[in-house]
Amino acid sequence: MNAQRKIIETVDITKVYGMGDISVAALSGVSITIAAGEFVAIMGQSGSGKSTLMHILGCLSRPTSGQYFLDGEDVSQLNKVQLAGVRNHKIGFIFQSYNLLARTSALRNVTLPLLYDHSNPRKQEEADAKAEKLLEMVGLSGRIHHQPHELSGGQQQRVAIARSLINDPVLVIGDEPTGNLDSHSGEEIMNLLHTLHAQGTTIVMVTHDPKIAAHTQRTISLLDGKVDFITHNGHNNTQQKQVKHETV
Amino acid sequence: MKLSEAASIAWEAILKNKVRSFLTMLGIIIGVAAVIIMVAISAGTEATIQEQITSLGSNLVFIQGSMKRGGPGQAPSGGLVFDDAAAIEEGVSGVTSVVVEQNSSSNIKYSDLTLADISILGTTSGFPSVRDMEIADGRYFTDKEIDRKQKMVVLGAALATELFGEEDPINQIITVGTTKMTVIGVMAEKGLVGTTNYDSYIFMPITVVFQKFTPSQFARFLGDSIRMIYVEVDPDENIEDIITQTRLLLVKRHDLTLDTADFTVTTQQDIISTQESTTSAFRSLLAWVAGVSLIVGGIGIMNIMLVSVTERTREIGIRQSVGATPDDIRLQFLTEALMLSVVGGLIGIGVGIGGAYIFGSLSDMRTVVQLGSVALAFGSAAIVGAFFGYYPANQAAKLDPIEALRYE
Repeated sequence: MNAQRKIIETVDITKVYGMGDISVAALSGVSITIAAGEFVAIMGQSGSGKSTLMHILGCLSRPTSGQYFLDGEDVSQLNKVQLAGVRNHKIGFIFQSYNLLARTSALRNVTLPLLYDHSNPRKQEEADAKAEKLLEMVGLSGRIHHQPHELSGGQQQRVAIARSLINDPVLVIGDEPTGNLDSHSGEEIMNLLHTLHAQGTTIVMVTHDPKIAAHTQRTISLLDGKVDFITHNGHNNTQQKQVKHETV
Repeated sequence: MKLSEAASIAWEAILKNKVRSFLTMLGIIIGVAAVIIMVAISAGTEATIQEQITSLGSNLVFIQGSMKRGGPGQAPSGGLVFDDAAAIEEGVSGVTSVVVEQNSSSNIKYSDLTLADISILGTTSGFPSVRDMEIADGRYFTDKEIDRKQKMVVLGAALATELFGEEDPINQIITVGTTKMTVIGVMAEKGLVGTTNYDSYIFMPITVVFQKFTPSQFARFLGDSIRMIYVEVDPDENIEDIITQTRLLLVKRHDLTLDTADFTVTTQQDIISTQESTTSAFRSLLAWVAGVSLIVGGIGIMNIMLVSVTERTREIGIRQSVGATPDDIRLQFLTEALMLSVVGGLIGIGVGIGGAYIFGSLSDMRTVVQLGSVALAFGSAAIVGAFFGYYPANQAAKLDPIEALRYE
């Protein structure tokens, strides 16, 4: 890796579920590095550990062992409250099923993370102005007061994208962001992610769909809790070179 | 998260489920209203009793005969007898007047109308004065008429209306039991005195009661038995001294000792304290009952909050994923529980005060809304909300974000 700022650096992280004799290792020694501004896909079949890895990268859980540096800070030993703070300040989530609050306007959904920003309480007007700008960017300026059930799937996902950006995160994590969408809406969402990437946002996306993964610069493929290989995707998605990753 | 934000989230959550929120609050509403109404009723009752007791007139000593069966071969001791009254008046210093009463009951007949089982009160002439009762019409009987066993009666206000309606009762002849007697007066309305309703009594010279209604084969030897002696005491005298003198005099006359006395002596003060202890027991019982309904209301809140936490697991997961800490989640649900109970409490105060007012005006019970009970009920509601809201809120705070997000 070059001297570029590293957003994600994991060192031999493992995740073991269960206790004692009947423990299952979901991750057994994953070391990856993702630089600022990268657009990376994590692929793998179910059971490969990609969801577990995503949860750890998103600070929703902690690795059993190993270290995880997020934006240079070791977050692998933080407690629940500290992890919540990291999610609040540094991470934006885009989920497969959008995960918007029901019966809550698009605007309020987008400002939700700011509600929990204890270190930097904002005035409502300030939060609203920022959210309106983001909703405009994702093409929903006319629907800021609509509630999720009044929006299409693609529109809901765009609200979720706006929400993931409200805290100026260092990392946006997508969990099958197009999984629930038809191909047309999925295309729109990918285009939007490309736009964000072009603006310098670091995006890590978990998917099982090679066509979606091909949109990214790099695909990290997991198998049985380990990195299997890393694919560098070409600009036009035609030339791909595979590099067998040396597992530790 | 600021408290104001937590409050606005809680308020929105309550409004999203209006019917359920209302049903949840109902327990608290009923609890708070019950406390306020119960306390208002018992305070009203207490105020009424206080007024009645004060209206009995002060410096009054009550001596009540307690019937005692004699041992084998002895005549039953009849307790107080008529001559005791005269002995007290003569033998105890500081006594301003002595009044005697004996009770019986009988049917009363006037023209075609017969009233069954009317309470008869045989008294001496000082009765209206010691019991602080007014004569509305006509007059009370005199000592001379008592001595002559004149067949004359004075009617309680309600009884007079029942017998005569619009007609003037004075100088009418009525039949009491089998004896024809002349109505010479009607008492003013008095209302309840303790538990006695003098308005439905018929008053007559005590000598007539002895002769016609409570004849006794022992009267010749023991004297005519009486129920009660009222002793009115000079306010400047020491009432305790007078009571002691009276007790000694009576046990001597009855040939008994203070330990075996066949009568009891009470003062106005004794009656007030007895009444107070009864009403305060009554009041605390009611408060407990109402308090239990508040707790039941609290359990209702806990129940609904637990359902709500389960239903909103996904929402909790979403909030956690964007950075809500366990404290944030706990605060949100605790605020919601607290708000349910506080809003319920406020509605309960309205219902309670309104209910006490309506109850007071529709029934003949008096209600006095006590500010203390309003504060107590509302405070308890809030505490109940916080107490029963804490467990569900804590359950919510403990949820794992990944599990919560997966929840369908």
